[in-house]
Amino acid sequence: MPRWLVAVGVLATAALLLALPHVLSFSQREVLVFMTINILVVCSYRLLTLTGEWSLGHVVMMGVGAYASALLAKKVGVFVPLAMLLGAFTAAMVALVLSVPLFRMKGFYFLIGSFAAGEIIRLLWKRFRDPFGGPKGIKRIDPMPDFDLGIWNFTFFDPVSYYYFALLVVLAGLFVMWRVEKSPIGLVFHAVHWQDNLARSAGISVRAYRTLALVLSSGFAGLAGALLAHYIGTVNPNMFDIEQMVYVLTWAIVGGTATFYGPIIGCVVLTVVNEIVLREIGLEQGRPMIYGMLLIGTVLFLPKGLEDLFHRLSRIGLLFSRQPRGGQ
Amino acid sequence: MLELLLQTGLNALYAAAYLSLVAVGLVLIFGVMGIINFAHGELFMLGAYVVVALYSGLQMPFVLVAAIGLVFVGCVGILMELSMFRQLRGNPLGGLVASIGFLMVLQALVAMGFGVRMEHVPPFTQDVIILSERVRLPVQRLIVIIVAVMLLVALWLFLKRTKFGWALRASAQDKEAAALQGISLRTTSLIAMFIGGALAGIAGSLTAPLISVTPTMGHSVIVAAFIVIIVGGIGSLEGAVLAAFIYAFVHTGVTTFLDGVIADIVGLALMLAVLVIRPTGFFGSADRA
Repeated sequence: MPRWLVAVGVLATAALLLALPHVLSFSQREVLVFMTINILVVCSYRLLTLTGEWSLGHVVMMGVGAYASALLAKKVGVFVPLAMLLGAFTAAMVALVLSVPLFRMKGFYFLIGSFAAGEIIRLLWKRFRDPFGGPKGIKRIDPMPDFDLGIWNFTFFDPVSYYYFALLVVLAGLFVMWRVEKSPIGLVFHAVHWQDNLARSAGISVRAYRTLALVLSSGFAGLAGALLAHYIGTVNPNMFDIEQMVYVLTWAIVGGTATFYGPIIGCVVLTVVNEIVLREIGLEQGRPMIYGMLLIGTVLFLPKGLEDLFHRLSRIGLLFSRQPRGGQ
Repeated sequence: MLELLLQTGLNALYAAAYLSLVAVGLVLIFGVMGIINFAHGELFMLGAYVVVALYSGLQMPFVLVAAIGLVFVGCVGILMELSMFRQLRGNPLGGLVASIGFLMVLQALVAMGFGVRMEHVPPFTQDVIILSERVRLPVQRLIVIIVAVMLLVALWLFLKRTKFGWALRASAQDKEAAALQGISLRTTSLIAMFIGGALAGIAGSLTAPLISVTPTMGHSVIVAAFIVIIVGGIGSLEGAVLAAFIYAFVHTGVTTFLDGVIADIVGLALMLAVLVIRPTGFFGSADRA
């Protein structure tokens, strides 16, 4: 692709993302903020699946970031953006500690082990009222401090402002994850997944790379959790339960995890289906039903996820647009 | 103190009885098909809702309703095999994800049909066996224990003494060798799913008057069942039954003397510890894992 085309594409996307909230209703703007945060969650989840491990504790890691950031801002009085970063760091460190027992396991055992570890953390939040607030969680978490940028006055009770802020953070997170995946580290992640014995014989510490993937992905999940906590102003244990985890799993699997954009497609499509379609026809209760059927349908009929569908569609598009090559 | 211990023991015995029914089915399905059925807690829940619909609703006799629960949920198990697992043979992650999808559908269906509120199921008998001043065993719980023992013995005889049982164990041990002997994996999978579903269903039906029945009740059951099959060694039926007893005693004990949330934490920590120290469980063989 010529360079000017790329530039035009980037600018058009940027304009679209900036203009998007202004064509939506207020409640849709709120959904947009959640979706932006969820994209970071599901993409960080995919980073872990690159090494072949499927976790059921990822949403709890998000919760660790949310709780840590909320507590730091509320009890210690840390400046909110700094608290968010520290929240992400806390989630990464908790993941580092958990990796010691968890990476003695693989496959199904890791899946169930990560669930157990996450559930223990969640139950600790529920049980210990003193720092964590018990089942009701933490309320009245400090919001992002407002500031004026000259061209845009950021008041963070307004979803549009928070959307811009979250978008910036999420894009930065996605950029880092993209660079990691395209770097030699990302190649090793793939090697650890598909050829772990070969990787080991080439002198690669498989365990170290698994740990790196878990720590990085948990850190970004924690960042997403912190973004969520300071937006809605409250966190509680039920926000990070297995049901939420299943939603993240659904986005990732329905979208497909082979490419970077697959989980994003999954998250966006399912959010649109859920919020626009289901809410409009008043079938919000049917969300688990739709998600469950999509999950089964994807596994049975579209094992590579929606990204595969996009792939095929674009191939069909190319058939019509591209000149047939000589000799074919 | 002795009386409290005795009462706790009886409560644990009852919990172990229905838990082992659920866990044994889970182990059987995993053994034969290699699939971890996340929807197993929801099969338990379906069994309870059969009671809500037919016993509290239509006032049918409880024994009949329990039998219907057994057969109906067994058939749901067959439905799962035919609609999903058969197509996903050799893809354990796919089977697991599909079963998560299935559990969401079941929960949603029940929530739509019955509402999300807790259902009240009237007891089928009020009788209580009074062993002493403070040690009491409600007959309902005794019946759960008796039926569980009977069904487990029946399952054991089925697996060890009948041709189908041999076929089932053969395909659990080595699928290819079993297939070479003319054992149809399709048939053994159907049988395993029916038995697994039926055991979860009857466990749900029998305990429906004793626990709070909601569409999400399967969650705590499946977590307990996972702990049990991990501690017992995945793939080992005897291990599952024994682990159900250990877990039920620990959980009931901690709940009685400390509190319920701590008991849940202890259970999960027990599972994590087993996963770290001895991933094959205490009774599983190394090659099976």
